[in-house]
Amino acid sequence: MSLLYFPGCALKDQARDYERAVLSVLARLGYEVRELPRWNCCGTVYSLAQDDLMRHVGPVRNLIRVQEAGGDRVLTVCAMCYHTLRRSARFAENPENLRRLNAFMDEEEDYRGGVRVVHLAQLLLEEVGEERLAQAVVRPLEGLRLGAYYGCTLLRPKELAVDHPERPEILERLIAAVGAEPALFPERVECCGAYLTVTRPDIVRARAGAVLVSAARAGAHALLTSCPLCKFNLEERRPLGAPRIPIFYLGEALAWALGAAEIPKELRPFLAAGVMP
Amino acid sequence: MDEVQVKVKPETVTVYIMGQAYQVPAGLTILKALEYAGFRVVRGVGCRGGFCGACATVYRLPGDYRLYADLACQTTVKDGMYLALLPATPAERRAYDLRKVKPAGDTLLALYPELARCVACNTCTKACPQKLEVMDAAQAALRGEVARVAELTFDCLSCGLCTMRCPAEIPHYHVWQLARRLYGAYVAPRAHHLSRRVQEIQEGKCAAELARLVRLPKEELRELYKAREIEPE
Repeated sequence: MSLLYFPGCALKDQARDYERAVLSVLARLGYEVRELPRWNCCGTVYSLAQDDLMRHVGPVRNLIRVQEAGGDRVLTVCAMCYHTLRRSARFAENPENLRRLNAFMDEEEDYRGGVRVVHLAQLLLEEVGEERLAQAVVRPLEGLRLGAYYGCTLLRPKELAVDHPERPEILERLIAAVGAEPALFPERVECCGAYLTVTRPDIVRARAGAVLVSAARAGAHALLTSCPLCKFNLEERRPLGAPRIPIFYLGEALAWALGAAEIPKELRPFLAAGVMP
Repeated sequence: MDEVQVKVKPETVTVYIMGQAYQVPAGLTILKALEYAGFRVVRGVGCRGGFCGACATVYRLPGDYRLYADLACQTTVKDGMYLALLPATPAERRAYDLRKVKPAGDTLLALYPELARCVACNTCTKACPQKLEVMDAAQAALRGEVARVAELTFDCLSCGLCTMRCPAEIPHYHVWQLARRLYGAYVAPRAHHLSRRVQEIQEGKCAAELARLVRLPKEELRELYKAREIEPE
């Protein structure tokens, strides 16, 4: 099945391993992934200002690119891209907003609306399904306890949440489908501190510490995220003395299970006997 | 003051230069129309051949909201055109040592952090007289794709129109220049045959032949020149 894909900037720079992992997983699941021939930054931060049309031009231009490529949906693997594109798609559902956006982008074909923005986790759970995912597993991650760190952008506001905004289970179900044990921890839906990492790293250190302690208490061997900023904050703002839990992207763990990438050395001791690393 | 009566002859068009109406022959370029009207253009003009980018200008057409941007030496006047003289676009080129900067990751963004202010409005692209995909280049620069930036901006004239129009105040042409320099210095394949040739010359391979040519009478030299081998086109 052909699938249009919006990579986003992080996956072309800091998170190239994540892109490789996801593309190999999707290929193994029978998808023919087509990167959008042209795209720009998703917008990174959804603008909450009431009268700031300009900030929606970038994301909506990407939706026009999907339209140009003949698609009506687009896959994102980065939680931030998912959030901004999905939210701007909703913004453009308002006819007045759509009219103003199209009037401004007079060099593009009009955005007609209706492009669906889909996150990797949704695609895997709702379209591939746990059963088919489990069948594709060649190295079940038995013995591994993986904590799903949702953060904010996949869950809030609830209009775009990939699952229940306070009691999500979509990532845990994916973790279970590839044979690992989900580690549930209270801080999994809390904020990592996000952009305060620039101006108030002290706050982010406190947040990262709280997340890591919470995950450690639940016995997580590693945390999975799909947000490059969450990953950065949990790794680079880890306070002294906080548990040194490794952080991976969701797609990486799937790639281990589907045989598309090696299981990292630090996790091999936790694997159940009999699982080939 | 009475309304200016403009009598249009068939072979002329009316253009407005900084608000003042002028009759100029149809078919002139904007630059020649300015000169025909009596302006002595000594800044904002260069090669007059569409290569140097010095005569970047903006204009409007009657009944059209767009602000068009183009090279004054390459664009012919249309009836009712609103013209102006543009100075150069000031922009700061950051200091860097090409031997120390690297062609990857955040080099462009570190030297030009204002790249991150790009909201993909595409105003730069609309302003480009070379019809480059300027915004795509800014976006590629944002994610550190130096080779892509160099490729997209190969035909940039550094005219500065994108930089003048950019709401994010990005100094595009300096970023592009850095990307192309990085590409040339680190990414483009080395021309090994060239360095071998230079070495041969330094070792004196051509010295005798050159000395002979220098002493040759003019007539013989001319004959030799005519008979030289020329690479097939």
